[in-house]
Amino acid sequence: MASNSSGDSSSRHQTARHRLSVIAGHLQRPADSNAAVLAVECKAQGTTPNVRTGVRSEGRTVPRRRQEIMKWNGWGYSDSRFLFNKKGQAEFTGKRYRLSGMIIPGLKDWLESTFGASLQHKAPVTPILNSGAVQPPTLNEAFVEELRSTGVPFSHEAEDRVFRSHGHCLHEIFALREGKIGRIPDMVVWPNCHNDVVKIVELACKHNVCLIPYGGGTSVSSALECPPEESRSIVSLDTSQMNRILWIDEKNLTARVESGIVGQDLERLLNESGYCTGHEPDSMEFSSLGGWVATRASGMKKNIYGNIEDLVVHIKMVTPRGVIEKSCQGPRMSTGPDIHHFILGSEGTLGVVTEVTLKIRPMPEYQKYGSVVFPNFEQGVACLREVARQRCAPASIRLMDNEQFKFGHALKPQVSSIFTSFLDGLKKFYITKFKGFDPNHLCVATLLFEGDREKVLQHEKQVYDIAAKFGGLAAGEDNGQRGYIMTFVIAYLRDLGMDYYVIGESFETSVPWDRVLDICRNVKARIVRECKDKGVQFPPLSTCRVTQTYDAGACVYFYFAFNYRGLSDPVHVYEQVEHAAREEVLANGGSLSHHHGVGKLRKEWMRETVSTVGMGMLQSVKDYVDPNNIFGNRNLL
Amino acid sequence: MASKVVYSHRDPMLKKRDDFEDMLEERRATSDLRYALRCYTPALYKGLTPCKSSELKNMVLQSDQLLYVINQVSKETGTSTDEIEAEASAILEEMAHRLQLSTVRFFAFALTKVFKTVFRSICVNEEGIQRLQQAIQEHPVVLLPSHRSYMDFLLMSYILYTYDLALPVIAAGMDFMGMKIIGEMLRMSGAFFIRRSFGGDKLYWAVFSEYVKIMLKNGYAPVEFFLEGTRSRTAKSLTPKLGLLNIVLDPFLKGEVFDVSLVPVSISYERILEETLYARELLGVPKPKESTSGLFKARKILSEDYGSIHVYFGQPVSARSLAEGRVNRSQFNLIPRHIPRKPAEEIQDFVNDSAYRLVRAQEENMVLKPWVLLASLLLQNQAAGNKQGMQLEELTDQAVWLRDLSRQFGAFLHWPDNIPPSKVVSCSLSLHQSLVRISEGRVQLTLEQGGRAEPGLPLPAVTPEEELLNRAVIILSCASYRNQALHVFIRPALLASAVHAASVNRKQEIFNTFSFLRNMFSDEFILRPGAEVQDFEEACYLLVKSGALQINQQQVLVTDRGHRTLAFLTSILDPFVQGYQMVCRFLCEEVAEGLTEKLFVPAVRKFITKHLLSGRLKYAEVLSSDLQKNALAALLRLGAVQKVRGRGEQGALKVNTVMVNSLEDTLGGKLPTQKPVVARL
Repeated sequence: MASNSSGDSSSRHQTARHRLSVIAGHLQRPADSNAAVLAVECKAQGTTPNVRTGVRSEGRTVPRRRQEIMKWNGWGYSDSRFLFNKKGQAEFTGKRYRLSGMIIPGLKDWLESTFGASLQHKAPVTPILNSGAVQPPTLNEAFVEELRSTGVPFSHEAEDRVFRSHGHCLHEIFALREGKIGRIPDMVVWPNCHNDVVKIVELACKHNVCLIPYGGGTSVSSALECPPEESRSIVSLDTSQMNRILWIDEKNLTARVESGIVGQDLERLLNESGYCTGHEPDSMEFSSLGGWVATRASGMKKNIYGNIEDLVVHIKMVTPRGVIEKSCQGPRMSTGPDIHHFILGSEGTLGVVTEVTLKIRPMPEYQKYGSVVFPNFEQGVACLREVARQRCAPASIRLMDNEQFKFGHALKPQVSSIFTSFLDGLKKFYITKFKGFDPNHLCVATLLFEGDREKVLQHEKQVYDIAAKFGGLAAGEDNGQRGYIMTFVIAYLRDLGMDYYVIGESFETSVPWDRVLDICRNVKARIVRECKDKGVQFPPLSTCRVTQTYDAGACVYFYFAFNYRGLSDPVHVYEQVEHAAREEVLANGGSLSHHHGVGKLRKEWMRETVSTVGMGMLQSVKDYVDPNNIFGNRNLL
Repeated sequence: MASKVVYSHRDPMLKKRDDFEDMLEERRATSDLRYALRCYTPALYKGLTPCKSSELKNMVLQSDQLLYVINQVSKETGTSTDEIEAEASAILEEMAHRLQLSTVRFFAFALTKVFKTVFRSICVNEEGIQRLQQAIQEHPVVLLPSHRSYMDFLLMSYILYTYDLALPVIAAGMDFMGMKIIGEMLRMSGAFFIRRSFGGDKLYWAVFSEYVKIMLKNGYAPVEFFLEGTRSRTAKSLTPKLGLLNIVLDPFLKGEVFDVSLVPVSISYERILEETLYARELLGVPKPKESTSGLFKARKILSEDYGSIHVYFGQPVSARSLAEGRVNRSQFNLIPRHIPRKPAEEIQDFVNDSAYRLVRAQEENMVLKPWVLLASLLLQNQAAGNKQGMQLEELTDQAVWLRDLSRQFGAFLHWPDNIPPSKVVSCSLSLHQSLVRISEGRVQLTLEQGGRAEPGLPLPAVTPEEELLNRAVIILSCASYRNQALHVFIRPALLASAVHAASVNRKQEIFNTFSFLRNMFSDEFILRPGAEVQDFEEACYLLVKSGALQINQQQVLVTDRGHRTLAFLTSILDPFVQGYQMVCRFLCEEVAEGLTEKLFVPAVRKFITKHLLSGRLKYAEVLSSDLQKNALAALLRLGAVQKVRGRGEQGALKVNTVMVNSLEDTLGGKLPTQKPVVARL
């Protein structure tokens, strides 16, 4: 759930829903008998781009000009960032998040003690984009001419192009902060609907232009990087304006949605009709439906709603060969290999996903956060394993290791009353002194339950009972909720770290249960060793959490960060460490990726991951669908 | 690369080694009792989950690995799992150690008393101790001492106790358990007992390997075992055994621990307690069964001077860095890790290679005493037929020359430079009165009157055979000291012999001969499989550096002053060359149908005795069963002899006479070397 709508969400939602239905009643014709069609037809022709933008922006997060609300060289909204105020206290600016406007007293100490960083040493950063550093666009004039005649809006302004030249890998952001800009798209187009995309792809084929689909721009696999060797004109196809819900089918509980919609809009709009998809990846504020499909995304609450591949019923994709889609919306088919699985995870190498039918669910009646403290990580993992064995995982269950627990602690906002801080003290005393947990070993699982009230409470009891068997102590709703808030602000924190010479990244894997402890231990140790070997002057932060449970294994997320003062080429060191860490993941039975995808960052391991024959299968699909490599981002293969 | 981790041969002179500290010095000054009872608080592994030795047994019995094998055996044999579990439990009972600090304290007290009388000093490199202490905290540790004496493992525990380090658990042969009280006491000081052979016994293997792995993974204690498998009777390092090394590397390879530190420990004795015992054993007087009463009979050693002991704790070797780039650990991804599997060839090669590297690391840090050089010189002199022995001054001169040569070759030689060489030599000789004597300024081996090995028995040797045997005892004892230095000389010696045998100076041809010899003797000396080129280059480097050879692109030339070095090196290898030839000749001339491996040694011994008595062979050390067995092993490996699975238990030996003959000739340098099947330079 987006952080700005957590907390007293259910009651607020209900009022909002009521109001909305009243308003809708005023504005709309009587609703269709079967489905509430909320969208307008695509009217690309005959409307000026400006007018359309105006219509579109209403209630939508992402404008065509992303720079209006978002940072060009960091994460998220321009108005939201961490900084140290005049008193030297950390503060989160803006009004968008629950943490916004709050003082975070523990962050400074944590930053200093964990990384040896100091507020005195601030790393320089390029404040605004210098258009002079941007290569002038290589335009394919014939393509531009024909495109203009279709009326699809486009731009070759430097800012627009730079925004679509990167995802959020460390090296990408680091380069932007240094003002270094490499190969970027030569122009950006904003199709408005499926038909616009068809036209663009046809023109691209006709004029041999390279297309790179762009959704939310939250990639962490170098997938959006323009191949430097690409000599054709590169056109970034930004789907952000294709963001309507086309219809909702309440009989079948499905919704047809355009692929450019970002997660928070999709949920908000569905909520207005009393539904949700329940798909909540950590990036849901900015990532798009098309991006989820193209990378095989996974949502926090997949235990109830499923991952993206479980959620999609129908996909429409435009390829150089034409449009691919199934003829019906049957829930399951035995018609040879599922063509959806060529599309899911294709990472923009085959075409553009334009429309998707998704399963929807009525909004849950009741939500409850929770948390459990374990004496150590081993017990925590054993508990998660047991929960998975009994198939009673709550909507979300995540286990943080000790370092992350401390990190979470450092992010606690200033408490308002003496009473709360007294309670906190009491809790701490109970756990460490009375229960004998070692504060340097204990770890926390955060939980989120969803459903009707009675079942949630019953479910909650079941999970806490299992936890108790592994020495787990219930540690309150607050701690649980804070854990999930952290998810949304952690990306902002990286920008703060970079202001003070700390660089870091997260990466993920999936691994069988019997390997979970081993992989966590070994990968963390490998990171520490590699940092030391590569000359990092300060001990790194190397931490992990188990974020998803499955029948046969789990998803593990690693974070690592270090203070790079004293290194001449920090990004190179960082890349070497990340590379070594990935090798370690693979050597310990982990997968190449659970949901981030391969992109160009992890391409080198694809062959050993899927075997040579597997590579050949993927390659032959690519060769058939896109023989001229129009979708030339060179991801995956 | 990994090779650098264990050793680098490029310039042995530059090898930095730590200084030694005599740990007996403090014992002589303070109370033994207080020492034995002092506070003992070792630093432990950071990931340790503390548990008692009884809990260990439960962990083993409940491990997935063992349960799997129990089920498997139950299905195969039809026995109920309960029964097999009981069997497993019994195996574990027989095997498990019961480490107790009180027993260790008792040993600490008793051993101090013994050590103070028997040894002049026990020298330990304290920096190595510090490194070990660090390593123990970081990762699970495996201690790999060299094995020359029964003393070794008591000594190891004694040192670790003294320096407040975690006490190891030690893999010991079952034969120790036969020693009633002592066996139990060893158990209580950390020894666990394994059967010498348990070939196909799946259950035994599972219990044993799981027991070791659990102790290692949990950081319960450093695991100690002898790579060589048994005590080396010849003081040469033995070809490493791989079983236990496989077991301790497994948790790393399967990702169950981040790393394992392998610590080679080199223990060198100035005088070995078992000196003549070993010689007799090699000559066929059977090894006395370990028994407590035997130990008491051995107490006469208390009245003798055994000089000093040097214990060098080598640089810990990380299993991870050994495996880096060599082993693809993801091969364990597709089968549950608890299902036992025969290691893949890649793993076997890796473990074998690692074992050789580790044994070499042991060798490199073995302290050599001046006596080792003297023994080499005296043996060569004796073989040259000088019955009168050597003039003391001449011996001193030669020893000084050899001292310099061995230092150039990187030997870890403890030659006190502040004492005049003559004094060093006479001191060394006096410690080994049982083997040498000085009369009229000449130094001789005590070969006449059957030595003085058994002063209690006045029986003069009657038959020539008996006399020969008595002489051989002295010679083999001396050879065991010379052997301590062989690892320093072996590569240059192989090259010297190859140069000597070669008809032309062509480098390639010399390399071929070198490879042939190296291949022939790879059961005799520690020569890492597949490292021909590396060894050849090392030998070339050393001989060029010492000024004995000049080597250019194609040619190898002996310098004027190089002849002496080459002559010495060739002579060092000569007894082995002739010994192997002898074995070949025996196989060609004497072998009748149905000679079994068991009968091979007595038969070849008889053959060699005959040749020695007739004067056709000058090296009495060829009588060593170790050499004979190694020669046979080499011939079996090369396919010149085959074991035929016959009617009985024992396989008969089938000799390929043509091939054995040709090998003998090649060894003798009679034939121009045919192109051996080896790598080209």
